[in-house]
Amino acid sequence: MKIVVLVKPVPDTYGDRVLSLETGLADRAASETVLDEITERALEAVIRHAEESAKSGAGEVEVVAMTMAPADSQSTLRKALAMGAASAVHIADERLAGADLVRTAEVLAAALRRAGADLIVAGNGSTDGSGGVMPSMLAELLELPAATRLETIEITADAVRGTRETDGGTMTVTAALPAVVSVTERMPDPRFPALKGIMGAKKKPLEVVALDDLSAELEGLGVALDETASARSIMVAATQRPAREAGEIITDDGTAGERIAAFLADRRLA
Amino acid sequence: MTSNEPILTLLLAAPAAADAAPALADGAAEALGAAAQLGTPVAVVVGAADALPQLAEAAASLGAARVLTAAVDPAQLGAPVADALAAAVAQEAPAAVLVPHSIEGSDAAGRLAARLRAPLAVDAVAVERDEEGIVAQHSVYGGGYEVTSAATYGPLIVTLRLGAIDHRAEAATPEVSALEVAASGRPTASVEGFESVVQASERPDLRSAKKIVSGGRGLGSKEQFALVEELADALGAAIGASRAAVDAGYVDQSLQVGQTGTSVSPDLYVAIGISGAIQHRAGMQTAKTIIAIDKDANAPIFEIADLGVVGDLFTIVPQLVQALKARK
Repeated sequence: MKIVVLVKPVPDTYGDRVLSLETGLADRAASETVLDEITERALEAVIRHAEESAKSGAGEVEVVAMTMAPADSQSTLRKALAMGAASAVHIADERLAGADLVRTAEVLAAALRRAGADLIVAGNGSTDGSGGVMPSMLAELLELPAATRLETIEITADAVRGTRETDGGTMTVTAALPAVVSVTERMPDPRFPALKGIMGAKKKPLEVVALDDLSAELEGLGVALDETASARSIMVAATQRPAREAGEIITDDGTAGERIAAFLADRRLA
Repeated sequence: MTSNEPILTLLLAAPAAADAAPALADGAAEALGAAAQLGTPVAVVVGAADALPQLAEAAASLGAARVLTAAVDPAQLGAPVADALAAAVAQEAPAAVLVPHSIEGSDAAGRLAARLRAPLAVDAVAVERDEEGIVAQHSVYGGGYEVTSAATYGPLIVTLRLGAIDHRAEAATPEVSALEVAASGRPTASVEGFESVVQASERPDLRSAKKIVSGGRGLGSKEQFALVEELADALGAAIGASRAAVDAGYVDQSLQVGQTGTSVSPDLYVAIGISGAIQHRAGMQTAKTIIAIDKDANAPIFEIADLGVVGDLFTIVPQLVQALKARK
């Protein structure tokens, strides 16, 4: 079985993240690039499944980490390899800078079709974008079922099963393979790569894929190779929100509760 | 600037156990309210066949000028809702499609955009019309930036952050018709079971609440987290929590506010015993008014609080609850 985990390099949230007010795009030089936490957890869950599967003789599971990201974010894929992925695919092409959601989905779908995965695992969202729509977009383009936002995941030879927190309750869902799933931060804590893993990662295959390498698959999806001239959505303005100013800070003198109640009443919030 | 162009809104049935009364999922009133400001609000109501009459009536009462219904099997997730929405787009040629950014709503919007290869603006906090068409406003990087996006062609598909739209449409007389949907037959995921979140009280839902009281590690224990509940009930607020409180087992993960939990933008956010790590602030700093109570004067939450109180939450919160009760 081949499982592709979609991982995402994101600006580290422990520093200030900067959006270029000229282009409306992330200023990648302004902050350190790290693997998004949820995709690290997704990777951990899949690597554990592969290890257990090998141990119990249930069959070999090949774990591939894939990302579409600028050329300089390769260190994050090395980390995925050090954690235990067998190989990595890095889709990098200058013509993809600023790609919108549909374009991103088209290119990832083409690369996934090329890789030929039985199961595609993504995070349910990332810290640099709160869309969470990519897994269902990929499922639609690849004509696969999607089980999104799984809090637990159970992978068998022909299906994937789990529970998801949805609007108003908990749902148990199952999907026949091949399928797309997204998982939440309830997945296990990611391991710290051991020195052996870090050294080993240098020898593992890391394939860099450009748009031209995906021409057959893009054509199969009915998509133009280069869409840079015909974006379907554009950012028309970007402004930095003025820093929220601290208001009044008081130290409790024994009447703070009363003081807060008065504050709420003044603002008609009580 | 308004227009008579149809604006589609996707109104899904709330996921529910089989015996529950049919209801529209969260965000329906907001989507119709936003649509009414852009053009003629047309609701696409999708749910189980026997629930559709009630759901259509609910949609009209929330302001849908017309209601298009489509029956789906609630046990099959994915393509069927996109099939219905695609049929509605083909029939109406709308200027925009507004979808609540709920779990099921965002999944459906993603599928629709991928199928139509149409522009998708996610997690918008406002929509409006300018000279060239419909634009969506987003609050990104945890509220640090505001970004405006627009379509270059085709209808703009927008998911609306729950709780972000204040405008409400006026109730309309239901004008209901059934959509003709050609099923794509694409594979779906199957629902094996559903368990409703047990509503311990009449508290509002975290994601759409106008007021939220959140507790952090400073509460110290699951038992003492009851203080948060008391204050929430005194204010008619929803309950939230920091990741630290969730990890410590004080409350369920579904209540986590922050970058990896739920992003909220209520009128009032009260943070109790929450230091305010950036991951937490990113999920709540667009709240209109923030009150923070913590014993550590250096807690970063105070940097964004409109009113910050340094002190012992175990004496301040009970006093606040008493004072609120006395005012009623």
